[in-house]
Amino acid sequence: MIVEFGHFALILGFAVALFQATVPLWGAIRGDAVLARLGVQAALVHFALLALAFAALTHAYLVSDFSVLNVFQNSHSLKPLIYKWSGVWGNHEGSMLLWVLILALFGAGVAVFSKRLPDDMLGATLGIQGLIASAFCAFLIFASNPFLRMPNPPIEGRDLNPVLQDPGLAIHPPLLYLGYVGFSIVFSFAAAALVLGRVDAAFARMIRPWTLAAWITLTLGIAMGSYWAYYELGWGGYWFWDPVENASLMPWLTGTALLHSAIVLEKREALKTWTILLAVVTFSLSLLGTFLVRSGVLTSVHAFAVDPERGLFILLILIAFIGGSFALFAARASALQGGGLFAPVSREGALVFNNLFLSVASLAVFVGTLYPLLLEALTGAKISVGPPFFNLTAVPLMVPLFLAIPFGQKLAWKRGDLLGAGQRLWICMVLGVVGAAISAYAAGGGPVLALAGIGLGIFLVLGALDDLLERALRGGTGMILARIRAIPQSITAMALAHAGAGLMVIGISATAFETEKIAAMKPGETLALDGYTLRLEGIGPVTGPNYNAIAADFSLRDPSGAELARLRPAKRVYIGRQMPTSEVGRYRHGLSEIYIAIGETSDGQHVDLRAYHKPYVLLIWLGPLLMSIGGILSLLDRRLRIGVPARRARLRPEPAE
Amino acid sequence: MTRKQKRLAMIGAIGLVLAVATGMILVALQDQIMFFRSPTEVVQGKVKPGEAFRLGGLVETGSVVKEPNQIVRFVVTDGANTVRVTHQGILPDLFREGQGVVTEGKLDPGGVFNASTVLARHDENYMPREVADSLKQQGHWKDGKGESKGAKP
Repeated sequence: MIVEFGHFALILGFAVALFQATVPLWGAIRGDAVLARLGVQAALVHFALLALAFAALTHAYLVSDFSVLNVFQNSHSLKPLIYKWSGVWGNHEGSMLLWVLILALFGAGVAVFSKRLPDDMLGATLGIQGLIASAFCAFLIFASNPFLRMPNPPIEGRDLNPVLQDPGLAIHPPLLYLGYVGFSIVFSFAAAALVLGRVDAAFARMIRPWTLAAWITLTLGIAMGSYWAYYELGWGGYWFWDPVENASLMPWLTGTALLHSAIVLEKREALKTWTILLAVVTFSLSLLGTFLVRSGVLTSVHAFAVDPERGLFILLILIAFIGGSFALFAARASALQGGGLFAPVSREGALVFNNLFLSVASLAVFVGTLYPLLLEALTGAKISVGPPFFNLTAVPLMVPLFLAIPFGQKLAWKRGDLLGAGQRLWICMVLGVVGAAISAYAAGGGPVLALAGIGLGIFLVLGALDDLLERALRGGTGMILARIRAIPQSITAMALAHAGAGLMVIGISATAFETEKIAAMKPGETLALDGYTLRLEGIGPVTGPNYNAIAADFSLRDPSGAELARLRPAKRVYIGRQMPTSEVGRYRHGLSEIYIAIGETSDGQHVDLRAYHKPYVLLIWLGPLLMSIGGILSLLDRRLRIGVPARRARLRPEPAE
Repeated sequence: MTRKQKRLAMIGAIGLVLAVATGMILVALQDQIMFFRSPTEVVQGKVKPGEAFRLGGLVETGSVVKEPNQIVRFVVTDGANTVRVTHQGILPDLFREGQGVVTEGKLDPGGVFNASTVLARHDENYMPREVADSLKQQGHWKDGKGESKGAKP
């Protein structure tokens, strides 16, 4: 009954989306404020209906209602509660329902928070959001309906893919989707601005919080997915340049560019058409990602089901929206007035530099991801484009960008002083070189590129923090505390985000210094690993709620012989699918980790294992975390919110930054 | 500089970066890609000596031999032809006899494929698409073996 209720709510939500896609948009174009404002109610009702539908499906999972085909295929009554919950989006249909729910959430968000927007802008934005929602509701109902029943319900379900049964995977998809789909509202704003022919500083202020929110969650989602791959797949890797990873990286790169170009638009009314184009491209890449992941053209853990009909449906949606928005862009972009002038060496120039390199890096990833598909379609040849391609293209493109960040932070708007910036940054550069030299000494040498990377990362972190230090010390030593408090939140945010990028660079470079050992061990044997000693104490069976496992018990000792920890990597076999997975054993010290994964223990005496010592590996994920914290701080900066009266500055009026 | 000159300088700089990036992409596409080959293609001699490529097919039943030092030998088949493979390391969780596998590496002079990587699969139903296609070509495809079809309660 509840399932039918949810099904009905979904269909009703589709109907409301159709209304939202037509009436408010019509009102906006005709200048009818009443019709345009109807978009607010429509967006709220649409969200409420989708939330009901999602709740109904969640209920079916929680009570293990196997008469629902989707629940039968992806759940099991013995599964722990959290995975019954996350199982809702651990499959194709459920994840698409979550996709549409988040689409509705952002529409409702605009309806609630942006009431001060001009009527026509609000109506057009919500109308376009309604168009997207209609297309995907139709896709859900006609091509991938999660509410279908089965005539003869079975007693037990088939269980969720065991590698997805992990707390990381419970939150990775929703975060990633919040990011992906969050760019839809930025796209809707951009399309609305094109329809109405109004792109100005106010537009940049309107899209700012939404771009930031989407960017923050996308950053966290990608980092979370990478961390999951690291500890769950048991390979010790963190990024595989897998097409599906690339599909999330492309909108991240252009979204980051958009975040920066919108600043130029807001402060200087320049880069208008470019900002609009980035908004369109970013959401197009999100749609492309959805298509790549959901259509089954790629082989990946994310490709839940291979069904050509669905692929075609999403492809049509993709073509309609990307084609439509580019046509709109081509028709209306020329009507936008050019913006202010600036010298190449200036804050604006630095942000253009940032945009150029981020976009080109995104292009490289795009080519590497789609070229195999294109080549196969044209010639039938099957190729794989792996890490070496991306290490030669996207990675070198990021180096000039990272080098330029600290300079960009120091340049003034309109006309900057590169020499002055260099003078203020030379200490950071020297410290970067010193840091690289110290690492080389500590590690007894090492690859030059990795050492350069560590130096670059240190330069980035110090350069970012130096900006704050300089503001605190500017004009003598008195009143430092007051001056620190007066630093605008958005400046602190920028420094933290850029420092986060630096930490990530250090973490990635440090992987060149890891030690890997592959061995077969019997109980009682020991293995030396960078001064640490691993001793296999025993091998034994373990029984979990829905799996059986063989676990190895290792003791880890430091050079003095004191026991630091017990590590218990295991091989699990899940009962529902009879599918084995690895559980790794990890010991963290500082920001480094000892990491063990075991292979099969067929003869019951030996265990094959792979052990790593990974120095500073946690920085790879702490960096993006710090970037997101920077983003959140920036989102909370009261000065930059629309319609919020600015608080009085404590010392003096803030200069525009 | 006038407005026009500034714009030209800017466009020139952007064009330069784009040109360099395009060059890098083209060079990398030339050198850094790997072809997927089936055992039949290998036997037919389509692989250049020393070329790194991906070999995919089914792990022949009864062919897996484990030796000391984590060396494992097995045979990859597409039904018509077979290629012997050696790999040193730990096999992925879902490596099983009679199931699909994709390996990366080079042929040694004796015609044995030296796999540096054996790719993990994430799902017991999952058949690498390339493997499925090459099996279809050889007429050994059994429907429902690789694709996760709708439920049959």
